[in-house]
This record gives sequence, structure tokens and C-alpha cells, in this order.
Amino acid sequence: MLHPIPHQYEHEEPIVEIKDVTCGYDGSPVLRDVSLVVKRGDFVGLLGPSGSGKTTLLRSIMGAVSLYEGDVLVDGRSVRTNRPRVGYVPQLETIDWNFPVTVEQVVMMGRTSESVLFPWFSGRDRGMARQIMERLSIADLAGRHIRELSGGQQQRAFLARALVSSPRLLLLDEPTMGVDIKTRDEVMHLLDELNHQDVTIVMTTHEINSVAAHLPWVVCINHGIVAEGAPNDVFTPQILRRTYDAEIHVTRYRGMTLVAESPHVFGRNGRKTDMTPERE
Amino acid sequence: MAYIGHGLSHAIFGGAVVSYVMSINFLIGASVWGFLSALLINLTTRQRRIGADAAIGIVTTASFAMGVALISRFKTFTRSFDAALFGNVLGISDGDLAAVTVVALTAAVAVFLGYKYLLFTAFEPEIARFYGVPSGWVDAGLALVLAAVIVVSLQVLGVTMIAAALVIPPVVARLLTNDFNMMLVGSIIVGAVCGLGGLYASFYVDVSSGPAVVLFSAALFVLALGYTSIRRRLATGRGRFGRRRSTAVPDDTDT
Repeated sequence: MLHPIPHQYEHEEPIVEIKDVTCGYDGSPVLRDVSLVVKRGDFVGLLGPSGSGKTTLLRSIMGAVSLYEGDVLVDGRSVRTNRPRVGYVPQLETIDWNFPVTVEQVVMMGRTSESVLFPWFSGRDRGMARQIMERLSIADLAGRHIRELSGGQQQRAFLARALVSSPRLLLLDEPTMGVDIKTRDEVMHLLDELNHQDVTIVMTTHEINSVAAHLPWVVCINHGIVAEGAPNDVFTPQILRRTYDAEIHVTRYRGMTLVAESPHVFGRNGRKTDMTPERE
Repeated sequence: MAYIGHGLSHAIFGGAVVSYVMSINFLIGASVWGFLSALLINLTTRQRRIGADAAIGIVTTASFAMGVALISRFKTFTRSFDAALFGNVLGISDGDLAAVTVVALTAAVAVFLGYKYLLFTAFEPEIARFYGVPSGWVDAGLALVLAAVIVVSLQVLGVTMIAAALVIPPVVARLLTNDFNMMLVGSIIVGAVCGLGGLYASFYVDVSSGPAVVLFSAALFVLALGYTSIRRRLATGRGRFGRRRSTAVPDDTDT
């Protein structure tokens, strides 16, 4: 495993401690012997191929998968016995866009377990929902059906739900999947802004160059942790090969690491150009 | 969610027959049977490899088949289940009416008390669990209420008609609103209109009350579908000539 560079944040105390965890579903382990520490203020990207265990790792932090070995601590308390106070944004692909629900109702869902004595959302719940919607610039869309929003606005609505109870830890499952470049940029800037407001962020992503390369810390996963560190240290052909089980080339451009995810020309009319970047 | 109402009504028929054969009170026997069927469906779908529709199909048809098998085995009981199969709204007793009233009030209180939990669980059951919502209990509670509603409606509408009466009012309301709260209120109003309109239709057209209520509901659904389709087409038409007001609020994210 790559030795990580020291974290560059003011806080040093861990918010998440994953200790020798083997976890999965229905008795089948997806991740084995995983250990990871996320410190307060970190902005961490989980990277890996489909089915490698990124989402499982994210869900282990919420105590939502079976831990066969080891333990996960959030704020020093085991998720086996305490439901951690985290904000979670699921993949938007899993949302039923035909469900009759407005943006405000989606956001207030994040307050469901906050006031168990009241069967309906209280005035305080509405106030907090309004506040977070204003902060994320979707207050004027409160009465709209979620399907009527653009991709960026939908992502903001589900982010608002995750943030409405002011969690200090935000977990996001592929927040930039299937959105255009502008929306992706907007979502990443929003997350960056939240991170600067002391929200610790852990997100999964498939996008190496456009997302992961810009994060301060990435963790490569392939049914276990292959490597973790700053992108410039982690994105090497060796580590990426072990992560993706595929030949991936890496090049440097003006101090940035660029990964040639598929250095080929496809199609019978494609010229036989060697697109392979210079190896490190 | 719509299919579980349809499936449970068939499953409860099996329970009704079993409770008759075993000389158990119909309301209790059929309710317990329906509740257990709903729990079995939930347990089956949690296996991940089986979809909810398949689980509902297996559990409820097996339960219904058991009822039919028992009827064919004990042929003397056959006539008694005509009302359970096809309904008889004009022949309900004061006791049936009292049971319907009690269950209706209980269901209303359950929805009121569990509103926000039901909303989140219905929208994203798995994610709701991550947010501390006891989705399993909410599902079980909903199954219990649904089973009770179906049991007391069995004598009125019958198994074959009850599914339509459960599904059509919320679907009509859904066509007319995008808001969950409005849909809750709207489906109650549509259900009441369907019941009243269907009974009047059955009197004037001289057909059975159960089918009349369902056909009236279906007609209302066609009207609502037609209305929303025309509204959408008009909106699209206006858009084609550049006069349509966009439904998306302009912002700096998308064009």
C-alpha cells in the first residue's frame, strides 16, 4: 500500500475509523480487511471499478451493511450499536422520478427522525428546510415536482435533504454520474464550498480525470483498499492496474496527473494512431 | 404498492375460506391471513433475488388457490363465498358497516400518525432506513392496515373488484397532482365520488353494485387521463410556436 502523505487540515481527530473490516451482504463479503481513517475536514474520493465495493464501503460507515469482522467507528462510536449522524446522498439513478413529491417534501424527509413525537413535520422542520434550500439556491423551486428540475437542481435537492439536519459528515454515492460537464462542475464547487464550511465529505466516483484528480485525497478500492493518498501519488500505472485489472496509462501535464482511461481508437474507420501517452 | 393491494385482496380470499372451514371469526381469520401474506411478501422480496411483483404474484395466487381448492373440496360452502368474490354492497349488515367505520377511522389515524414515515418509506425504503426510519415496521404497519381495509371491504365490493377500488382513486389523484399531501386528500375524495357515483349508476343502469363502482372509477380514470393528456399536448403545442412558458425555472445551471 502506498504510504499516504500527511493530511493538510487543521483537524487531526478522526471522524471515521474503519478497523480491519470485512463486510458485505447476505453472508457474502464484498470488502475484506479494510482499514481507513477519515479525519475531520477531509474530502475523500473512493475510486474503483463497478462492483469493487465503493458503495459498500460508504454504506459500512452508515452501519447499513453486515460487518463480518472488525468495526466502524463514527465520532468514536461503533455503528454496530449507534446509528451515526451522517448525511447521505444516493445515486440519482435509483430515484423514482414519478413519485408524487415536491422539492420541499424531499428536503424535509431529512428531518423525519429528528422529531419523533410529532407525526407531521413541525414549523422548525420547515424553517430548517427553507434555510438549507436558500443556502443551496433552490428555495424558489420548493413547490416543484422533483422531475421538473434540471440535473444540477435535482442533485442540490438531495444534497439539501442530506444537509438539513446539519451533519458534520456527508456521504455521496456518485454525485456526478450522468450529468453534463457544467452540472458536474457546479456540484463539485458546491461540495468544495461545504468542505470549506467544515463538512467532512466522502464520495464515490467513476470519473478519474474530471473528479478524482481534483480531490485532495483518493482511495483506490478493489474488494479492499489498494492505495490511498493524494491523486498525484496514487495515480500510477501500477496502482491503477491493481485497482481496475486493466492497463491504464498515466501522464503529467502542467503539474496535473492525467489518466488515459482508454488509449485506443475504436471503429473501422479510425486511424491506427498510437494514443498511448508517454509512460511515467 | 398498487399491485400489493390487488394481490392481498386475492390472498385474503384464501384466508376467508380457511377461517370459514376452521370456524374462526371471518374478520379475525382473514385479517391475520392477509397480514401474514403481506409479511411473507416483504420477507421474500428482501431476498434480493426476487422482485416484489414476483413475490406478490407467488404468495397471493397460492393463497387464492388454496381458498378455491378448499371450496372445491368442501362443495357445500360454495354459495357462501359469492359475496366475498363479487361483493354485495346493498346487502351489508349494521355489523359490517360498523366494522368499515372502525377500520376507516383506524386507517385515517394510522396515516396521520405515520405520515412522514410513510412518505419516506414509500419514496425510498432503503434510503429511509439510513435516515433512521424503521422501514420494516412501517411496511408491517401498512400491511396490517391494508389487510384490515381489504377484509372489511370484502363483503361490499368482493375480491375481484376490491383491487380496482384500492388502486384507481390514488391513480386518478396522481394524474391530477404532483404533491403527496394533495394526492392523499385527492384519493379520498375521488374514492368517495366513485362509490357514490357507482351506486347511483348501478341503480339506474340496473347492474351489480360492485362492478358499477369499479366501472365508474375506471371511467373517471379515463377522463383524468384524457384531461392530463390534452393539457400536456396543449402545453407542447404552445411550446412549438414559441409561446409556451417553460415549466423549468431558468437558472445558471442548465439550458
